[in-house]
Amino acid sequence: MSTQNRLPVVPTVTVLTMMKARLVGATKGHALLKKKADALTMRFRQLLKEIIDAKENLGSTMKGSFFAYTEAQYAAGDNIKHTIMDNVDTAVVKVRGDLDNVAGVKIPKFESFVLPGETKMDLTGLGRGGQQLQSCRKAYLSAVELLVQLANLQTAFLTLDEALKVTNRRVNALENVVKPKLENTISYIKAELDELEREEFFRLKKVQKNKQKRTAADMAQAAQIAEAAAANGGDLQLPPFPGPGVQPPASSSLLYNKEDDLLF
Amino acid sequence: MYGFEMMSFNIKDGFLEAIVRGHRTGLLTVADYNNLAQCETLDDIKLNLTSTDYSQYLANEASPIYTATIVEKCTQKLVNDWNYMRSQADETLATFMDYCTYGHMIDNVVLIVTGTLHERDVQELLDKCHPLGMFDSIATLAVAQNMRELYRLVLVDTPLAPYFSENLTHEDLDEMNIEIMRNTLYKAYLDDFAAYCRKLGGTTAEIMGDLLAFETDRRALNITLNSIGTELTREDRKKLYSNFGLLYPHGHNELAMAEDFDQIRSAMEKVPAYSGIFSKLGYGESQMLDKLLYEEEVKKCVDCYEQQFHYGVFYAYMKMREQEIRNIMWISECVAQDQKGRISDGIVYLF
Repeated sequence: MSTQNRLPVVPTVTVLTMMKARLVGATKGHALLKKKADALTMRFRQLLKEIIDAKENLGSTMKGSFFAYTEAQYAAGDNIKHTIMDNVDTAVVKVRGDLDNVAGVKIPKFESFVLPGETKMDLTGLGRGGQQLQSCRKAYLSAVELLVQLANLQTAFLTLDEALKVTNRRVNALENVVKPKLENTISYIKAELDELEREEFFRLKKVQKNKQKRTAADMAQAAQIAEAAAANGGDLQLPPFPGPGVQPPASSSLLYNKEDDLLF
Repeated sequence: MYGFEMMSFNIKDGFLEAIVRGHRTGLLTVADYNNLAQCETLDDIKLNLTSTDYSQYLANEASPIYTATIVEKCTQKLVNDWNYMRSQADETLATFMDYCTYGHMIDNVVLIVTGTLHERDVQELLDKCHPLGMFDSIATLAVAQNMRELYRLVLVDTPLAPYFSENLTHEDLDEMNIEIMRNTLYKAYLDDFAAYCRKLGGTTAEIMGDLLAFETDRRALNITLNSIGTELTREDRKKLYSNFGLLYPHGHNELAMAEDFDQIRSAMEKVPAYSGIFSKLGYGESQMLDKLLYEEEVKKCVDCYEQQFHYGVFYAYMKMREQEIRNIMWISECVAQDQKGRISDGIVYLF
């Protein structure tokens, strides 16, 4: 198992320290990402709640707005729609885009605002239905505001959803893939190193054993020689040449050679 | 020659008066409205309407039916009735009936003019026009590039030409707010209509004087109510009031000065005919006023059927049909939008 889920590395002490450093980094990164994911989740839930509220609100507001339009139509006549549509030059309600930052995730933010200044619509329906038109206008203004707010929330929701997925994937990858792999590698390297150490120890032991064996043999030989010398009557002789069967000739001693050049 | 119409009226207009009285009996009754108010879907409404005079207009409509379709078909019924009567009419009655439709004509002209200024498609604009306010040269309205040309080339041939030439200068045509222009034209139209009715004399003058006085007073009231808080000055406001009616001239002066609903109310309550309406209204609530005024109008229209031998019945028929269409629209919208609690707020019962 551990052979499969680990990095292909050479088990050395240097690599071990490197791996340990990487594990520390991964743990720290995991903790940070986890924190980010939590923050995002919190915001996400809050957004969800707001969206539900806004949607529930929107239903009744839209209903009210449509009914206000019906009232206006009732009072001002059917053609009022075209009169209004033909009188529009520029938008009165505009949407401003902005960026919001939640735990490093950039979320687009929309905001509607009503352009100040007089509206040309003030006199529409002067003859009949003007009041209903104004109340209809107000109703739709609030509806538009709510729609923009909802759009804002939903965009934020989608962006956050995406970011949350990525973050969670990273957290899970770190937690379930990278960290175990590093841990496995480290334990593999440790195991390998231990193995090496044991081998070395065994080798040393073996060498020591051999040495001891040899010393013991040497000692035994020395004892034998000593024994043999004692058996020869205690002559002060040259110690026998250790090589087996090779005796130096007696004349080899320099003491018996007269040499003119040799001075004592 | 008040009271002498009965000697000669039927020679020319007896047939059409019979027709219009026949149409009047085709209007929806309280029982019909009660049935409609019970409907759960628009299809139910269609089903209920098929048992009325609208049957042949709605019978062939495909099943997913919309409020707009219902309203369009009902309007079609009114337009067809009207055109039939118009084509049968004697010269005086025909002129009278044309006068009745000038209001729509003004709306159509204003619609096309604003549409042209914003470069909309002409055909599209024509589809939006009210069918009662159509005239032959209406499509050519869009030819003109500016208001002066518009007047010179097109409007001069329409019945509305005098209203333009007498009340608006060329500068006005270019610069005036379109709503003020519409109301100026409307004022001129009402003045002219009233003058024509006076010229006809007899019962027609009496009945129509009453109806038009109410119409113009209602307009004055609405203009005042809707111009509170806008940039419309008092003088401009006063210029939009017609030169007749129960409020003319003292009531108009007071209305022109009025700055809030209570001042309007005190101005209106000085006229006995309207003090009754305002006494039904609690202090501070102006929303119900529209309905009360509609009810008053319908009552006057119904009353004018009590007399015979006059043209007011045609005007009254148009007004009542329009109110009926408004009622049907209101009921359909309430049903479609699931606001059945509000149905009774908008229905004005005719009978």
